[in-house]
This record gives sequence, C-alpha cells and structure tokens, in this order.
Amino acid sequence: MARIDLEHIRHSYGARPQSDADWALKEVHHTFKDGSAYALLGPSGCGKTTLLNIISGLLHPTEGRLLFDGNDVSTLSTQERNIAQVFQFPVIYDTMTVYDNLAFPLRNRGVAERDVDRRVREILEMIDLSDWAKRRARGLTADQKQKISLGRGLVRSDVNAILFDEPLTVIDPHMKWVLRSQLKLLHGRFGHTMIYVTHDQTEALSFADDVVVMYEGEVVQIGTPDELFERPKHTFVGYFIGSPGMNVLPVSVEGAQARFGGTAITLPGKPRTPMGGAIELGIRPEFVRLGREGMPVQITKVEDIGRHKIVRARLQDHEIAAIVREDEDVPAEPHVAFVPEKINIYAGSWRVAFEGESERTAA
Amino acid sequence: MTKTWNNRAWFMVLPVLLLVAFSAVIPLMTVVNYSVQDTFGNNVFFWAGTEWYQDVLSSDRFWNAMGRNLAFSAIILAIEIPLGIFIALNMPRKGWGVPICLVLMALPLLIPWNVVGTIWQVFGRIDIGLLGRTLAAMGIDYNYVNDPFDAWVTVIVMDVWHWTSLVVLLSYAGLVSIPDAYYQAARIDGASRWAIFRYIQLPKMNRVLLIAVLLRFMDSFMIYTEPFVVTGGGPGNTTTFLSIDLVKLAIGEFNLGEAAAMSIIYFLIILLLSWVFYTVMTNAGSEK
Repeated sequence: MARIDLEHIRHSYGARPQSDADWALKEVHHTFKDGSAYALLGPSGCGKTTLLNIISGLLHPTEGRLLFDGNDVSTLSTQERNIAQVFQFPVIYDTMTVYDNLAFPLRNRGVAERDVDRRVREILEMIDLSDWAKRRARGLTADQKQKISLGRGLVRSDVNAILFDEPLTVIDPHMKWVLRSQLKLLHGRFGHTMIYVTHDQTEALSFADDVVVMYEGEVVQIGTPDELFERPKHTFVGYFIGSPGMNVLPVSVEGAQARFGGTAITLPGKPRTPMGGAIELGIRPEFVRLGREGMPVQITKVEDIGRHKIVRARLQDHEIAAIVREDEDVPAEPHVAFVPEKINIYAGSWRVAFEGESERTAA
Repeated sequence: MTKTWNNRAWFMVLPVLLLVAFSAVIPLMTVVNYSVQDTFGNNVFFWAGTEWYQDVLSSDRFWNAMGRNLAFSAIILAIEIPLGIFIALNMPRKGWGVPICLVLMALPLLIPWNVVGTIWQVFGRIDIGLLGRTLAAMGIDYNYVNDPFDAWVTVIVMDVWHWTSLVVLLSYAGLVSIPDAYYQAARIDGASRWAIFRYIQLPKMNRVLLIAVLLRFMDSFMIYTEPFVVTGGGPGNTTTFLSIDLVKLAIGEFNLGEAAAMSIIYFLIILLLSWVFYTVMTNAGSEK
C-alpha cells in the first residue's frame, strides 16, 4: 500500500509531440492518497487507460515523475513497482487450476510453499471460489475468471496499489452489482490503494471515495461524488455526470445577478474573479423547479422513468430538462425557476467561484 | 409442427457424391480390385483373396521400409516442431522486420518438391556441391551416395530446411493472436520468460501446433519426391521409404497385386495414426 504522486506527468504516443493534440495525456499533477479508492472517469479516448498504464509501468511517461511513498519509481519495471492490475478482459492461465492461478504470482516471487498455501486459501475464501480450487480455470464463467484476476492481485499482501481497467465490461449486469459490492468490501477490509478506470458514472460514483474526471487528456476535476454533482468545475463534468446532464444556458452577470434573455436570476453570491470567455449558467435538472412562478417554457416531452419524470422543455431558444416527482402534476402554463444555491457560473467552460465560498472546490 | 418429407431432396447431394466418387472412391476401388486378384498378363485376372495382404504383412521388406519411415517421421517431428516454435518466438511482432521474415520463411515452401531434391542433390555432391566440397575441405568424410548415415543426415536436413517454415508460420500465427493483456498480466505477476512460454504461449498455440504436427506427420510419412531425387532410396535400401518401395513394386517390378495390397495397408496406417494423433492432442488440453 502506498501513496502515489504523479508529478507533471505528460505522455505522447508519437515520437516528437508538436502541438497540444499530440499529447494523449496533457499534464497530470496529482496525489493518490494511501488506502483510498479512486475512479478515473471519462469518455473513451480521454487518456484514462494511458494514465493507468503509466502508474502500473506498462507505459513510461514522456515527461514527469512518478513516486510511490516518496520513492521515484519512474524508471522501474512493472514487477519492481509491485502493483496489481485487473484488465478489461479476464486474464487467466487456462491450463492451470484455480488454485495454481492464484499461487502463480507468489511462486514467481519465490514465496515458501507453506505461505503460498495459506494465502491462496484465504483469498479463495474471500472471492468465493473455494469449491473451485481444484478445477481448471478454463471452464469458468466470465465473472469467475475476473474474480481470479482480482484474486491474483489480492494474494500478494504487499502490493502498492491495485489498478482496474474497466474490469466489469464483459460481466453480466446482475453480476456487476455483486462484484462491485464485493470489491468495496475488500477495499474496506484491506485498505489497498485502488484506482479504477471506467466510463460508467454509476460504477465510478458507487465505487470511489474520490472521482477523477478526465476529458481530452486532462484531469478536469477531482472530487467526491457530491462535489462533482453539486459543483462541477467544468461544463463537461456537468454534462457527463448525472442523467440527464446539467442544463447550460448563456447569460450575462452583473454583481450577484445573472441575466438570461430579459429575466434576472439570483445567484448564490457575487462571482469572485473578473470573467473572460463565454459566460454560462449551469443548473442540474434536479434543481429546476416546474411551477407557476419564474420563466415561461413550452414542454416538448415528458419521460416517465419510474420514480421520477424527466420533463424536456424549451426555454426561449434553449433546451432545458427538469426532474419532477412522479406524482407531481405538470401545470397548464408551466414556468421554471432555479434553486439559487445550486446555480454554478462558468466562464470559458470553467467554473467561477463565488465570493465567500470555501477554497475546497478550487483545488 | 409438420415436416415436409421429400426424398427427391437427396438429389441435392448428388454433385458432391459424384465429385467424391470420381476423385477418391473409384480410384481407391480399382486399387482394392487389384489387391484381391492376380494376373499373368493378357488382361486375365484370377481371384486371390487375401493372399497379397498376407504376403505384404509377412515380408521383411515392408516392415523394414515401415520402420525407416516411422524413424524418419519421428526424427523430423522432434527437430521441426521445437525449432519452428523457437524461430517463431524470436520473430519480430511489429515493424519492418515482419514482412521480411515472413517472406524468408515462406520461400522454401514455394519451391516445387523435386526442385528441392535437386538443390540438395547438387548441394551435397562431393565433386561440385558447395556443401559436399566444404565438408570435404574441412576433412569430414561425407558422402551421401555411399554412406547410409550421411544419406539419412542429408535427407533429414533437407526436410528440416524445406518444412520447418510451415511450423514457424503456424506457430507465429498462434503467437500474434495472443492479446497484449496476457503479457502485461504476466509481467505484473512476475512471470519468468519460461513461465510465459509454458503457461501463456504454449497453451494458446495448442491448436495450431496440433495442425502442424498432423500435417508434418502425414507429409513425412508419405514422403517420396525429395529422397527419391537425392538418394533414389539408396545406398542399398537404407533410405527406401514406403512410398518409394511402393513405386518400385508397382512400376519397377510390375507387381500390381502386391502393390495394391500395400497401398491399402499404407493408407489405413496413415488414417489410423492421424486419428490417434488427433484424439490424443485434442484430449490432452481439455477438461478432466
């Protein structure tokens, strides 16, 4: 178990990166705390797997340093870094039994057979495969195989971190839940530093203490699921997290008020800095109130998805979504109002802090 | 649900039946026909029953040729399979080296078999051959025409030169189909080079190796052209394999009945051994 420091890491797959677009990973500078569970979340091609492979040592970054507990490991090989990684497709050694699969990483490191046996039995118990120990690994189902991959990581008690690269991709939906909660449980029990790559927000938000949202080779925000939800630092985070994503409307700001079309909207405070770039207002559908007060809208569609309804409407020339309770009626002449404390203001797509707000979100 | 029965549908298989009949069944039947009859010429045939079969199976000549053939197959399999795997493991996986290696490997396979024989026949000659003269110059007493051992070495080296490529190409195809994640996982698990070969590469090559062994066994067991061109089955009978012996019997001695009986036995042996190989190798890797 270790703290992982990424110091100004940049990576390019090409030989001589010229423009910004050549970098698969634009400067990442961040610390993964010892014993925490992190999720790297982002769309395909945003650089999250690249970052993961840099941490595991399968890739060496073009620039920057990587520290485990303060020791520079940038030039070390994967074995020497002593990490475990679970891949998208379960990797098992077909011809070995389940038991031998789990024993493999220990035997390779010359661990005494008595200790191997103790560890392997312990892990078999933990991942519910004790009854399968003597079976060949070939005939197992995908989720059992993925458990073995995970088990091979857990079996080494001294691993610095366990990395997951979209490990539930090939698992049946009903097993995803089971595996995910098992994973949480194991994390609670062992306190490994875990980094979990995914493009599925549910997976990320339910697994991680902190979620690292990546977009086009950059980390756009790191925060708890709550922070990502309430104060997205970038409009992309607003769109990407939540269903439906955040509503974004062009506005102009004067003091503690925003002006949208002819209407004044009260803000939670006065934006702190002078703003450049396009000014936008972001409000989550959960905090859009549909009623008889506020700005008039035309409703275009109502989607009933069980516990609540998603109302799609036109507000002047913009699409807006609101979430209302299932039993709530949609008024005949609908108007929308925004919950003031939940409004965020963006300048050039990046969030602007309000005066008097804590520093926490500005990290 | 009711099914429509129409026996005329059997006509649909007629084309295939005809094709197989003319290409395999009818020629085979003529051989069967010869094998149970005897003739003194003039197109007059007598029923001979199983006499020819008894003759063949009780002749030392047949069993000696068979022994040589099995030894030859065993030796070339023991060389070509490991060597082929070894070369495939060391071939580049990407970059400009790949096409070069593949073309180099494919070259021997593209040469007609009798030309391969001629190449080695000339190559090994002690008067004008590069190999023969070099060995002679080094003081090695090498003469594939007179010395049975040298003849065997020549025929085996020739076969290895000719056919190892096939094993290489098949193994290589098996190797490149292994996803990268396996190698990455192995590195993370701290696997040695040998462990990677033993637990990842070899199991994943299982199927292509089965094909390679089968092909090489059948081909080597039926080998004719190359040793015929190089040694003509000599010196003496020391490189006379079954197929060479069969041709001597049928065309050299015009002993059609015995040759036909031998053909049938030969065919059944190959069929049987191939089946055994296939069953053993497919079962070896499976569950239980």
